[in-house]
Amino acid sequence: MSILINERTRVIVQGFTGDKATFHAREMIQYGTNVVGGVTPGKGNQKHLERPVFDTVKDAVAATGAEASLAFVPPAYAADALMEAADAGLRLVCIITDGIPAQDMMRVKRYLMRYPKDKRTMVVGPNCAGIISAGKAMLGIMPGHIYKRGNVGIVSRAATLGYEAAAQMTALGIGVSTSVGIGGDPINGSSFLDHMALFEEDPETHAVVMIGEIGGSQEAEASQWIKEHMTKPVVGYVAGLTAPKGRRMGHAGAIISAEGDTAAEKAEIMQSYGLFVSPSAAELGSTVARALASL
Amino acid sequence: MDIHEYQAKELLAGFGVPVPRGSVAYSPDQAVYVATELGGWHWVVKAQVHAGGRGKAGGIKLCRTYGEVAQAAKDLLGKTLVTHQTGPEGKAVQRLYIEVAEPFEREIYLGFVLDRRAQRIRVVASAQGGMEIEEIAKTNPDSLRQVQVEPAVGLQQFQARELAFGLGLNIKQVSRAVTAIMGCYRAFRDLDATMVEINPLVVTKDNRVLALDAKMSFDDNALFRRPRITEMRDPSQEDPREAQANQHGLNYVGLSGDIGCIINGAGLAMATMDMIKYAGGEPANFLDVGGGASPERVAEAFRLVLSDKNVKAILVNIFAGINRCDWVAEGVVQAARGLKVPLIVRLAGTNVEAGQKIIQESGLPIISANTLAEAAEKAVAAARGGLDS
Repeated sequence: MSILINERTRVIVQGFTGDKATFHAREMIQYGTNVVGGVTPGKGNQKHLERPVFDTVKDAVAATGAEASLAFVPPAYAADALMEAADAGLRLVCIITDGIPAQDMMRVKRYLMRYPKDKRTMVVGPNCAGIISAGKAMLGIMPGHIYKRGNVGIVSRAATLGYEAAAQMTALGIGVSTSVGIGGDPINGSSFLDHMALFEEDPETHAVVMIGEIGGSQEAEASQWIKEHMTKPVVGYVAGLTAPKGRRMGHAGAIISAEGDTAAEKAEIMQSYGLFVSPSAAELGSTVARALASL
Repeated sequence: MDIHEYQAKELLAGFGVPVPRGSVAYSPDQAVYVATELGGWHWVVKAQVHAGGRGKAGGIKLCRTYGEVAQAAKDLLGKTLVTHQTGPEGKAVQRLYIEVAEPFEREIYLGFVLDRRAQRIRVVASAQGGMEIEEIAKTNPDSLRQVQVEPAVGLQQFQARELAFGLGLNIKQVSRAVTAIMGCYRAFRDLDATMVEINPLVVTKDNRVLALDAKMSFDDNALFRRPRITEMRDPSQEDPREAQANQHGLNYVGLSGDIGCIINGAGLAMATMDMIKYAGGEPANFLDVGGGASPERVAEAFRLVLSDKNVKAILVNIFAGINRCDWVAEGVVQAARGLKVPLIVRLAGTNVEAGQKIIQESGLPIISANTLAEAAEKAVAAARGGLDS
């Protein structure tokens, strides 16, 4: 198992023929991802990386049976690409793009609500590293080699902090089922809670690491859900203890602007809901080991 | 991105929001000229800085004569205004806004924000205007009235009407308040704002409704399609180092500690700063060099960090995903030649062995660390002068 993607998932790349998309699509294929084609408007009927290119996502789905896409689209066109993917019936879209206007994401989220829940597209990102099911498939830009196949799920707002967690776990011989980057923007396609629910149902996942940061209330909402519904141990960490109020720390969403936004408050909430809280980013691996030992 | 009050009022007026008559001035002479042009008997001279709390800090002066206008302008221009929102270093006053003073009977709070949880625009109003929203939320939370905007159809008149009636306005005032609320909403939506705050929105004796103050912030990610907003940027209100960092595609936030940080990724950067604190030190800055840490960007990052004279040690922490450690190491070695403070480097991820080899063979006194914890501890020790490579 694993969540969201595996080696059979049929994947297309939106913005397929661009330089970055080409580089990462090649990496994904090398990792074993079942990339069945891509979309670049105006380049339909061509071949790229020995795979067919289509003008529209609908064409790609009709011809390849694609279920998921990785969107490599500039910020100005990203919302359009996400809505096109949803309308074509893709189950999953992962969007790497950084710099999408917040109101565009708001419209995208509203657009997704047109579809009944069982047919609704899951959007992962934007401004994230993507999704990897270790040893199976990769829908993103992460260094695949740092992930060892195993039984711990990772869900992180920050990309490189997710790598840090995976590397610390690998060093301790702990592997990953799936790692999901939900991204650093204020409005995410999917939340900690969405993925926590999937990890809870995944038999291959025995424990989960949730890596949050300052800004927003997602960590608190997920923590409450974990307390009420989750049977698997969850490790929590929140970056940004030293972040001053009102300053944006790189990520568009990493800003302390309301009560409950600080790292200390979030860590306290996690603790109160029974999560294994990692006191620092250097103890992510050892805290996971502690959580696994509790099973 | 933030703009000045006078710019926000100009924008909002274009969306039908009623504002007092006024104009911007850069000198005492201009201030007096503006006052004579505006006419009337009383004027308000307002310091234009990107921060709230100007009134309490002495940045807003009521004047009864042209002489008082000139004096107020003289007092304010060139001054550094310190409010509770500017931080201790304050913000320079280089522009003034001269406005006809409008006597009023009531003050209302009106705010528009992006609600992250609901993923919608939220409108907040309170009959307790003039106070800050945080204060109202604390002292009189029951006075807060809120509506969420359905993104598919936008704010509806009835919602604005409900808010206005809820504030206890009479029917004449309600229809004018609805115009103001709808105008602010359209400005928020059409200009990609992240915040519009009218505090206070005042009601005059003759039932007019006016935006006496106006604050707007904009989504940096949307500036590519808002050239008019981009032109309103006032670099004098921004930290020069942060502005410089922006130009090079780096994200920098200055802090008060003594350990300079150069890190890839915003989350890892925050986590590394936290580690420094955990190890007993204080970070001097947040700096994300981003995904493509080319030698030029690494060099620029070093320049930025070193422009802070408090920096006693530099910690470089790179977890290479798309980056390659050997490539980053080349940049670090180039930038580190002639460096006068201790440098601690932690590399991880793609091509880490090659990267470490480049650092070791450089002959430079670079302190290597293998883990995040080790890097933070060594940086703290080095900043205290207790560690030589």
